[in-house]
Amino acid sequence: MRTRTRGWSEAAALLVALGLSAPAVAQNEQFIPMPSYRQGPYAAGGTSIYGGFIDYLNLLNMRDGGLNGVKLTYEECETEYKPDRGVECYERLKGKGPTGASVFNFLSTGITYAVIGKATQDKIPLLTMAYGRTDASDGRVFPYVFPMLTNYWSLNTDIVRFIGQREGGMDKLKGKKIVHLYLGVAYGKEPNPIFLKQAEKYGFEAKLVEVPAPGTEQQAQWLEIRQYKPDWVILTGFGVMTPAALKGAARVGYPMDHIVGNFWSGSEEDTEPVGDAAKGYISAALNPPGKDIKVIQEIERVVYGAGKGNMVNKARIGSVFYNRGVLTGIMTVEGIRVAQGKFGKKPLTGEQVRWGLEHIKIDDARLAQLGAAGFIQPMTVTCADHEAGGAVKFQQWDGTKWKLITDWIQADKALVRPMVEESATKYAKENNITPRDCSKEG
Amino acid sequence: MIYREAGQFRTTYVADQRIFPITQDRVAMAMLLIVAFVVVPAAASNYVLTALLLPMLVLAIAALGLNILTGYAGQFSLGTAAFMSVGAFAAYNFQLRVPGIPLLVTFVLAGLVAAGVGLVFGLPSLRIKGFYLAVATLAAQFFVDWLFTKVAWFSNDSPSGTITAQPMVIAGLPIDSPARRYLLVLSIAAVLALAAKNLSRTATGRAWMAVRDMDVAAEVIGIPILRTKLVAFGISSFYCGVSGALWAFAYLGTVEPQAFDLQRSFQILFMVIIGGLGTVMGAFLGSAFMLLFPLFLNWVLHLIVRTELRPGLLSQLELVFFGALIIVFLVVEPRGLARLWQITKEKLRLWPFPH
Repeated sequence: MRTRTRGWSEAAALLVALGLSAPAVAQNEQFIPMPSYRQGPYAAGGTSIYGGFIDYLNLLNMRDGGLNGVKLTYEECETEYKPDRGVECYERLKGKGPTGASVFNFLSTGITYAVIGKATQDKIPLLTMAYGRTDASDGRVFPYVFPMLTNYWSLNTDIVRFIGQREGGMDKLKGKKIVHLYLGVAYGKEPNPIFLKQAEKYGFEAKLVEVPAPGTEQQAQWLEIRQYKPDWVILTGFGVMTPAALKGAARVGYPMDHIVGNFWSGSEEDTEPVGDAAKGYISAALNPPGKDIKVIQEIERVVYGAGKGNMVNKARIGSVFYNRGVLTGIMTVEGIRVAQGKFGKKPLTGEQVRWGLEHIKIDDARLAQLGAAGFIQPMTVTCADHEAGGAVKFQQWDGTKWKLITDWIQADKALVRPMVEESATKYAKENNITPRDCSKEG
Repeated sequence: MIYREAGQFRTTYVADQRIFPITQDRVAMAMLLIVAFVVVPAAASNYVLTALLLPMLVLAIAALGLNILTGYAGQFSLGTAAFMSVGAFAAYNFQLRVPGIPLLVTFVLAGLVAAGVGLVFGLPSLRIKGFYLAVATLAAQFFVDWLFTKVAWFSNDSPSGTITAQPMVIAGLPIDSPARRYLLVLSIAAVLALAAKNLSRTATGRAWMAVRDMDVAAEVIGIPILRTKLVAFGISSFYCGVSGALWAFAYLGTVEPQAFDLQRSFQILFMVIIGGLGTVMGAFLGSAFMLLFPLFLNWVLHLIVRTELRPGLLSQLELVFFGALIIVFLVVEPRGLARLWQITKEKLRLWPFPH
């Protein structure tokens, strides 16, 4: 009963606050919105990624007393990975905290598409780390969108280069058959143009096979693949689709070590449900899994030591997606930190954080300071290049855990960048945007 | 006591045929419209306008459309979202390919294209009925999704199949602020609701109801079944098409087939059932219930339990509560929220001396 009375009195207080619209008391807090998804077909990824993200913020709050004395606060809002719910969460969270939302991270390409225009208008940056709109890598047209580390097109060139390596040289790709099996949503379709372009460049035969969302039904697709007999299958799956794809492959006897997933299809949640059959499956790795990274150990010690951890299933700490969440936290906070260097150690607005994100520079020394040595490649974001990077490693499932099998493989920037600029220019034209002149940006 | 019609005499046919024969109803309706058109845009926050009222009104238009088909004409359909999708893509392509076309004309054309597609998928209704027809309209759902995914022309060769809707401008006035978008959608919803209400009172509407209640009897008394059913499909799809275009242009800002999946069709069907089949008001009540209630639950639960609970449990609890409430509602009043409102009004007429 006590909790209920508290709830009512708070509801009353909130109504009063709304009615009087009293000015918010300026607290020393930086608000970070958490539009998470913990239910639906993509919940496995959402729970671990947002769990890691929240744990990292709590680590800073508990260990360092926040970021330079500014407490990092957050509030979750369930999007279910759906654009309409995402837009509602965006509207709900954008004004929270003393200075409004710092930066949004939806972990959904569809939602990102829906809020780009609104966020740009509201001057709130979107961090779309390794997902989202590919052509937003062109920071001149998309000042408020940051697809950091790598975009889908760079990723696809990484994967094809890896396949080339395995075949013994890019020239050996000629005449080979490669299938792109993808989830039929914005996320899955995004790599198609570059894949077809690469097929032209290297002379391999490309086939696109789409799986309708959420991707649990794939029998027809795998029969089609079996008839086609491709040399390689590139898998762009997410959530429940990936294990279903691996099971489908096992059923038709397609060799696991010739399926290369992207880094959203290469987590423990994807392989463990498949059992032994998944052994040998290869995927790209944006970040290495495991607990060797210092910052993960710190989180376990400080946050979970105090019983304040966000993960219900503690076995997931150090998993691919959990580490991805921590990495998201690192990049988010790094943007705020850089912005604090310019605008002062106080709560900052989205516009100020945007400046910070655009001036992120992470080298090996900085990574070591962050306790994240070896977590990502060194990177420098610029006004024109919001991607900054493009390299990934590759990992293989050995039946119990993911093992890295390559070093960083660099993206084919010479192929990707012109396509990004062409697509961004088209967007700018359709939406009457004048691209920024980067030589004039401070 | 207040709500009583004593002394109100209808002396002309015009007075007798009014939508709201009782003065109190007319006053209430006028006040509702004033609040919706004047007070709300001035007083409500951007969050309430864009995240709550806008999607509610847009889906209410789709619910109106389905209500015409299912509630008035008695034809089951699970293709609502498909017709919305057609409307959204048609509006996008008209804006893209016809230079200088006015926005409102685009929406009307989008509705007409959707109506055309609706007519085609309505053809099976001449032979099959009830649940079998529902299954047949499923074909629309899958076909439209497949078409827009496969044929890149519809999305102007966009790599992701997700496209940004063009900015809305009416007669030089940019519809960019939340209040303006809300007013646009509200105006369209009001006009369409009035049209639906009047349609149901014409010969066409009465023919629909005759077909719904017993099609053989309707045919015997000379109602052309073929035309009646197809008109219902066409008009219903027109409403859905306009709603889809608004969903893409005014609410999401993007056009993509995934926004109009089978779940959306179910959502709208539930709106119609919970709101009340065969009523205009039910479409609005149902849409409000289906859309705003989960958010309200989310808000209340957040206030009560805070974050001490397991993360994720809250979002699951929401679904449990919502599902339970739907069952409770349907057990208490199977004829929907509109029927509850009607009962309230009847009670009010006798208050405070019920007999």
